[in-house]
Amino acid sequence: MSNPELTPDEIKQADRNRRRSKLLATLFVVPLLVFIFVTFVAPIGTMLYRSFYHPTVSELIPNTLEALDDWSEDGSELPPNPTLNIFAVELKSLFEERLSGKLAEEINRALPGSSSLIKSTARLVSRADTAELETGGAALLFDSNSKWQQIELWQAIKKAGSVFTADYYLTALDLERSPSGEIVQRGTQIYLDLYWKSLKIAFYITLLTALIGFPLAWYLANAPTRIANTLMIFVLLPFWTSLLVRTTSWIALLQTNGVVNSTLQTLHIISEPLEMMYTQFATVIAMTHILLPFMILPLYSVMKGIDPSYFRAALSLGAKPIPAFIRIYLPMTVPGFSAGALLVFIISIGYYITPALVGGTEGQMISNLIAFHMQSSNNWELAAALGSLLLLLITLLYWLYDRLVGISNLKLG
Amino acid sequence: MVQFPRYFTLWQKLGLTGVKLTAWLVLLFLMAPILVIIPLSFNAEPYFTFTQGMLALDPEAYSLKWYQEILADDKWLLAIKNSFYIGFMATIIATVLGTTAAIGLTRADMPFQRMIMALLLSPMIVPVIITAAGMFFFYSQLDIAGSYIGVILAHAALGTPFVVITVNAALAGFDYSLVRASLGMGARPVYTFFKVIMPLIRPGVISGALFAFVTSFDEVIVVLFLAGPEQRTIPRQMFSGLREEINPTILAVATLLVILSGLLLFTMEYLRARSEKMRSGTA
Repeated sequence: MSNPELTPDEIKQADRNRRRSKLLATLFVVPLLVFIFVTFVAPIGTMLYRSFYHPTVSELIPNTLEALDDWSEDGSELPPNPTLNIFAVELKSLFEERLSGKLAEEINRALPGSSSLIKSTARLVSRADTAELETGGAALLFDSNSKWQQIELWQAIKKAGSVFTADYYLTALDLERSPSGEIVQRGTQIYLDLYWKSLKIAFYITLLTALIGFPLAWYLANAPTRIANTLMIFVLLPFWTSLLVRTTSWIALLQTNGVVNSTLQTLHIISEPLEMMYTQFATVIAMTHILLPFMILPLYSVMKGIDPSYFRAALSLGAKPIPAFIRIYLPMTVPGFSAGALLVFIISIGYYITPALVGGTEGQMISNLIAFHMQSSNNWELAAALGSLLLLLITLLYWLYDRLVGISNLKLG
Repeated sequence: MVQFPRYFTLWQKLGLTGVKLTAWLVLLFLMAPILVIIPLSFNAEPYFTFTQGMLALDPEAYSLKWYQEILADDKWLLAIKNSFYIGFMATIIATVLGTTAAIGLTRADMPFQRMIMALLLSPMIVPVIITAAGMFFFYSQLDIAGSYIGVILAHAALGTPFVVITVNAALAGFDYSLVRASLGMGARPVYTFFKVIMPLIRPGVISGALFAFVTSFDEVIVVLFLAGPEQRTIPRQMFSGLREEINPTILAVATLLVILSGLLLFTMEYLRARSEKMRSGTA
């Protein structure tokens, strides 16, 4: 800032003013920033933390794990007897608190097949006195089952007891650790298949919305204003209608005895009802319907701004309509396409409600499995790991959207 | 209708007619599923499909009993009350915070503007299943899971991006010298806000508030994860209805919701027309 007409004092004053307005602008944003941090960012952070933080075992058998700290799991020796005694005592109290099943489940994850061993041993040690276990617990364990003399079992207990683990990410990527500690692919692919299927479903939906959204957006952009405004209501009404309502409609339409089947049967087009509900087809068609406005609106606003004289000029210069359309008109709609397609893809990849209600098992997406692990199997850490991977994918797409479209250009309605 | 230029050949005219026909079919695809549930909600039988009597327009085949059932069911009444209460509270929080933030963000000298914007809009982009899972973990620690506060805060967070976007759009082209003029003539900042800024951005604020309300009103996943039986909302009730025992009460509720969204759409269009008028008036 070297304006010769300003005195140093004036420059200082201007600087101060600028700083003040900067501060003022920041002060306006701070309340929302704090609010979003507390209500939204912190929960997401907690979820990321949960995906590798797993204190369950260390809360169940804290003393055993502390004693196992001094034991080297690489060696060929079993943990010393005092450690085993401590374990026997803890197992007895877990049994009395009805928590030994939980421990068995956790250890079983580290060493498959050890669940029943732990449950039966817990029952056995619970009959002994605590004082007796404090000295002879190790012997009792060895008597009850020779498996307690296997080093792998103690390695598994120590591993299950570590508070931080990347195992849930391995599971979420269909990997596992072999007994020798290498990371290998698991026999059955569950989660990668599901990610792949979610991407495929999202892609189909994006493609479908683009294909059927284009003619309508074009028609709306080129029809006389009065007609276009009226027809726009038919695009916006579904947009404003509750998601649950639209999903309900598709259930009413696609059911075995639903509107589509009974119409087709009345018209004698089919004799047996088609099985459309609880399929991937149902997920794709219902979600295409739900997300179509997100494609039409950006396409429409871009097409509205395209000067028709370019196309006319191409025609009058002798271009055939179809090549002129492909080479002149279509490239100008690309901003609308990319905005709509990215938005539809981002929204559909993490969709939960519609696949859950109409998709059956075949039409499930990754979100449904996250919900399953949150609500039914109570494997929250795995749900968090699956969610973190999905979040990574969405963040990449969001970044792409910001680069290509600019998030501040996002228009609503 | 689109006029054909006179130099178009028959094939080109046919092609264009084909495109128009497709456009109308797509409109039908958009509207038909929503319209079909309205008559179905008057079904006298507990089916999700048209009965012979309904097709023959027999008055006996139609009834209002599913609507009466809503009014007789405490669960639905509680859900309706909850939806409005939670939506209303979340909207107030989202609108106040979102509007102030948007005003700060439109100042060109705001530091890290792009990054902050990306962060503030992210609740709209992150899949709600992830947000809901995270909120379940975090809000349980704060002991506000299963409470109205928890659900209201969560819904407010999900609604703020919409307020930021609409107010941001309303502020585009806002002349800040008006604010300076007002302050320079001795008006207090709060007075300036309500008398100078607010009247100019009001359509944007209201449409943002409507978006925030709809976001809360329509939200199920957070409610599934965070709310106890006390906080069940309309969509939550519909979700379990569709999963457990499907009966046409859901269709009756859905019909009422379609009417509500029609009203909302009408309000939004009215606001849009007004803000366009206002913009062309000041330009």
